[in-house]
Amino acid sequence: MHPLTHLQRLEAESIHIFREVVAECENPVMLYSIGKDSSVMLHLAVKAFYPAPLPFRLLHVDTTWKFREMISFRDQLAKQLGLDLIVHINQEGVAQGVGPFTHGSAVHTDIMKTQSLRQALNHYGFDAAFGGARRDEEKSRAKERIISFRSAAHRWDPKRQRPELWSCYNTRINKGESLRVFPLSNWTELDIWQYIHQQNIPIVPLYLAAKRPVVRRNGTLIMVDDERMPLEPGETPEMLNVRFRTLGCYPLTGAVESNAATLPEVIQEMLLARNSEREGRVIDHDSSGSMEKKKQEGYF
Amino acid sequence: MSHSSDLIGSDILGYLRAHEHKSLLRFITCGSVDDGKSTLIGRLLYESKLVYEDQLAALEADSKKVGTQGDNLDFALLVDGLAAEREQGITIDVAYRFFSTERRKFIVADTPGHEQYTRNMVTGASTADLAVILLDARKGVLTQTRRHSYIVSLLGIRHVVVAVNKMDMVEWSQERFDQIVAEYHTFAAQIGLHGITCIPMSALCGENITSHSAVMPWYTGPSLMEHLETVVVEQDNQAKPFRLPVQWVNRPNQDFRGFAGMIASGRIAPGDRVRALPSGHEAILSRIVTHDGDLPHAVAGQSVTLTLDREIDVSRGDVLVAAAQPASVADQFQATLIWMHEQPLLPGRPYLLKVGARTVTATLSAPRHKINVNTLEQLPARQLELNEIGVCNLNLDRSIAFDPYADNRETGGFILIDRLSNDTVGAGLLQFALRRADNIHWQALDVNKRSRSTLKHQRACVLWFTGLSGSGKSTIANLVEKRLHANGRHTYLLDGDNVRHGLNKDLGFTDADRVENIRRVAEVSRLMVDAGLLTLVSFISPFRAERQLARDLLGDGEFFEVFIDTPLAEAERRDPKGLYRKARAGELKHFTGIDSPYEAPENPEIRIDTTELSAELAAERIISMLHDKGVFDSDDDSALAAL
Repeated sequence: MHPLTHLQRLEAESIHIFREVVAECENPVMLYSIGKDSSVMLHLAVKAFYPAPLPFRLLHVDTTWKFREMISFRDQLAKQLGLDLIVHINQEGVAQGVGPFTHGSAVHTDIMKTQSLRQALNHYGFDAAFGGARRDEEKSRAKERIISFRSAAHRWDPKRQRPELWSCYNTRINKGESLRVFPLSNWTELDIWQYIHQQNIPIVPLYLAAKRPVVRRNGTLIMVDDERMPLEPGETPEMLNVRFRTLGCYPLTGAVESNAATLPEVIQEMLLARNSEREGRVIDHDSSGSMEKKKQEGYF
Repeated sequence: MSHSSDLIGSDILGYLRAHEHKSLLRFITCGSVDDGKSTLIGRLLYESKLVYEDQLAALEADSKKVGTQGDNLDFALLVDGLAAEREQGITIDVAYRFFSTERRKFIVADTPGHEQYTRNMVTGASTADLAVILLDARKGVLTQTRRHSYIVSLLGIRHVVVAVNKMDMVEWSQERFDQIVAEYHTFAAQIGLHGITCIPMSALCGENITSHSAVMPWYTGPSLMEHLETVVVEQDNQAKPFRLPVQWVNRPNQDFRGFAGMIASGRIAPGDRVRALPSGHEAILSRIVTHDGDLPHAVAGQSVTLTLDREIDVSRGDVLVAAAQPASVADQFQATLIWMHEQPLLPGRPYLLKVGARTVTATLSAPRHKINVNTLEQLPARQLELNEIGVCNLNLDRSIAFDPYADNRETGGFILIDRLSNDTVGAGLLQFALRRADNIHWQALDVNKRSRSTLKHQRACVLWFTGLSGSGKSTIANLVEKRLHANGRHTYLLDGDNVRHGLNKDLGFTDADRVENIRRVAEVSRLMVDAGLLTLVSFISPFRAERQLARDLLGDGEFFEVFIDTPLAEAERRDPKGLYRKARAGELKHFTGIDSPYEAPENPEIRIDTTELSAELAAERIISMLHDKGVFDSDDDSALAAL
């Protein structure tokens, strides 16, 4: 009698979640963020429905400030796998010229990400959205359900969470309400990397170290990804060997100096490193409990 | 410890290969903050090197600000979650934590221990292979220890660690430890809990957590981490008969028809004979299809897609089982229920029941008894409140395949869902099928509803009048019946007041009694429809769920909800029976609209606004609606026009 490995059990659980939601919901969508967690999520979804094609569309909420390499990776993958990918941009935000440099990270994230996501979910009438969040990322996520209920206003009420028992999920909603579904809830960052390595899942090259132009701001290394980045007086980009632990809007994503140019080296560095993954994200530093607040407002 | 392996630095590929074979253990920690539970979990995370420097910096700052350990790190702060909880200093939900060692990955369900959080503990326990029950060495086996142990045994956890914590506070005394162990074993035997390992420890000092403690040389057993790493749990599910609840039928083209789901128990290989339940059809397993290629066999816990050697009717919600060891099929059960919602369980009210991938409608009897989770006494009960545990009979609208929960968690555990709010209101453990279902068969009759209706030149249906007391329901229903009767229709009017004098005279006006009142009337009106009658029901029927029950008992197009919409102020002004006056004076309790709610229909077939329409006009509208809906034979059209 062979016990299943931890990755086999995690994979089976995620597949179970995908199938349950697709069987019970009318119009599900996968939020595809191009990052490593999304890559794993997409890989698992393909497995869940094989040999049938993916029974739902993918949605990328593009803030227009993503790394250029992310966008080209996205478009190439969509073409290669024949994905039905929707790219949504908050055009009102674009018209108002909203961006992280002019409006600050909080306003930019709210308008180009949170509001934009709501716009898209409302526009297409999606009743369930798969997201790649994991419980090990942050304290308030540790308590979120796998199937997370949202009111018609997309709000998360920690007090009205439905109990989740066994692998029996309640996906029922009334009109206008929706679900956020997190198939990777029980995966850790290490599990994700191990699985990418084991399954040979393609990821954006930004995760691997290379010489890239960066500037140092408030102790964070920001990559100068395009000409929209205003340089402060006396600031010149330097070419450093860096990689990224998470990917988002380039002005809001800190790089780490590294020589890990292969996946095993990245995992090696991570295991030896002493800083948690979300540290590179600028938005979490606003205030204690900031993620919880954002989630109540509809952030993923 | 954990990721300190030398391999990481020297041979990362070797390390990764080794770690691909780790297994997974899910466990729950039971105990209160006072027992040092958060400290223990914080310590496990810290010792397995899963606390990063930035988190550690935050922990140091928080420990100084709000910690309870003076200058020392307060590990409990690592695992305290939501902002509200931090302020109150208690854990109020289930939080899941993760750590891993060289041998295993662990998922910890961290749940609060107080009685008012029983539902959270039940939730956390439902997916756990093992339970760590914490107790304080100074206090020994307490009421809460008994409660936690009972829930652990109820939810079918077969491996229990009793963590006797705070040994530092009893001077590492072996005598004290032995005393506690003896006391616990006596209690555990009473509730049939086996597989118990007792470990003396101090989470605060880190003794017997990850390595053998030097200050308690008299203890020769494993440290907590050693035990968690080595305890064997995997065979539990693989040794049971094969079960696979079908989640999804995979049909990409005419040539492929696969049944997708997660194997709940047992193992399967091509060539095995399987049976689909509840239909009972059998077939031979052809292939186990996965994206990584076909598998030679598959075991409990794997998500697979199965194809069969012949076309049999299998759809979502059915269960594929080993033909030689099938599950049972029934529609009436006895079950243990754990109530999880502020709204109490109402006997007679229909709820949705989901087991595996199947959702059916269930009505519940009044509890046979409830259980005092502290003393394990059985107490009489009429309903179940939040966090209460009781035993009820269930009646389903169709048969399901099942195993007793004690044999199989996934095919014997179910959730109950409120049909209107969609909240998960309870969880249940199937015990056994009630024989009654097998013995009472429907008698197939030659004269049926259709033939009876045809003879009367009408299509039998129910007109369900709902509205506040004094809204005009009975007046209008009476007028409608008079007109139908005058035109040669076969009718019957069930009036709330009249039925309460006879059939329902044993019922009062509590919520539970109101539900039963309507259930009986709904059943009677179904019989009337079966008899071919145009049945008028005039009942306040304040709850949507019960009106939905009535609607569900009848076929499509046989139920017309007539909402007599009279504002409360207007009904109270009319007050034809003087009841509002009495209710306002406090002489009548549970009066709808005053101190008991009225849930207005959301989509009635017809809504009558009595502030705009006279009773006569209202009756005409209702009859013309019946005409539009084709209730009368078409050759009667001319007669109807004369109505």
